[in-house]
Amino acid sequence: MSDKKQQVSRRQFLNYTLTGVGGFMAAGMLAPMLRMAVDPVLKESGQGDMANVGLSVDDITTEPQKVDWKITQVDGWYESEVNRSAWVFKDENGDIQAFSPVCKHLGCVVSWGGSDEYPEQFFCPCHDGRYYKDGTNVPGTPPLQPLDVYELEVRDGILFLGDAVPREGA
Amino acid sequence: MLQKIYDWIDERADITPIWRDIADHEVPEHVNPAHHFSAFVYCFGGLTFFVVVIQILSGMFLTMYYVPDIENAWRSVYYLQTEVAHGQIVRGMHHWGASVVIVMLLLHTLRVFFQGAYKKPRELNWIVGVLIFFIMLGLGFTGYLLPWDNKAFFATQVGLEIAQQVPFVGEELKTLLAGDEKIVGAQTLTRFFAIHVFFLPGALFALLAVHFILIRRQGISGPL
Repeated sequence: MSDKKQQVSRRQFLNYTLTGVGGFMAAGMLAPMLRMAVDPVLKESGQGDMANVGLSVDDITTEPQKVDWKITQVDGWYESEVNRSAWVFKDENGDIQAFSPVCKHLGCVVSWGGSDEYPEQFFCPCHDGRYYKDGTNVPGTPPLQPLDVYELEVRDGILFLGDAVPREGA
Repeated sequence: MLQKIYDWIDERADITPIWRDIADHEVPEHVNPAHHFSAFVYCFGGLTFFVVVIQILSGMFLTMYYVPDIENAWRSVYYLQTEVAHGQIVRGMHHWGASVVIVMLLLHTLRVFFQGAYKKPRELNWIVGVLIFFIMLGLGFTGYLLPWDNKAFFATQVGLEIAQQVPFVGEELKTLLAGDEKIVGAQTLTRFFAIHVFFLPGALFALLAVHFILIRRQGISGPL
């Protein structure tokens, strides 16, 4: 071992020490700021409650109908009532379906029979996106995924809806 | 890798001389605390700048959550303090740093004063420094209102009435600051926010640039 060659010069030592201490101070200063800035990404998303949408199950037909309701939204320091809506109907098996009206292309709002040419489909007016009655996107139109589905629950014959979630395998 | 990027830029823009102008200059013996420990008094200016940098950074991050609106200002600060991770620390840095800036600035001023370092040709830089001092006081005054709590509100009320005592233009000056002849409210808050976040920092950067360029031009004053 030749200790002489491995020796750190005084200048190098001071450089390393100063860079180290400076870096430590800068990191100590910046870490809380960066942690604060990225907080929204790291926050756990709260599980949405099921909301009464004011629709009796008996009134749900095989024809999709638009249901509007309000939920209380807590947005940081701001609480407000926001509107939600869904297309609700019974499918051929008699199961209730509740689709989000938000187009999977770029987020416009779709409506059932919104186009005179395709009365039996969901239609998005922005870029002529279309979905079949089961919510799957019509191939060759802009959307690439089926409409999101609301979590749903029936309590005492009344429909309750939760959050809209993307379908499995979508 | 970094060296290559640096070389690539340097080859095109010739930045090394600029770097040398900014950072590579001799520190005279009489201002080097390694030679004379009492020379630590020369650090106060640099420390002031260091704290100013902290203020700028923490302030930038605070505006991610703060809203200058009477309905939401206090609530957004409360949210930032209680719900956001490390929000309390960052606001703490800005809060305490605001006082530390003034302390450091005063120590720096005292050093320059008692060493007579303000004498010709450096009296110009003294004037610039005094302007920086006023800007700092303005930043402190306008920043104090922003949390929109009781202390902030009444302190501003008092501050505005002090402005009102200015001869001849007092009334107008107060209205100009408050945004309304009688109310200290919504318009006051947005005004103070704009002044605190855009106007005064802009002026501060310009003055700091002049302050530093003058130091390099004139050099540090000689030993006592």
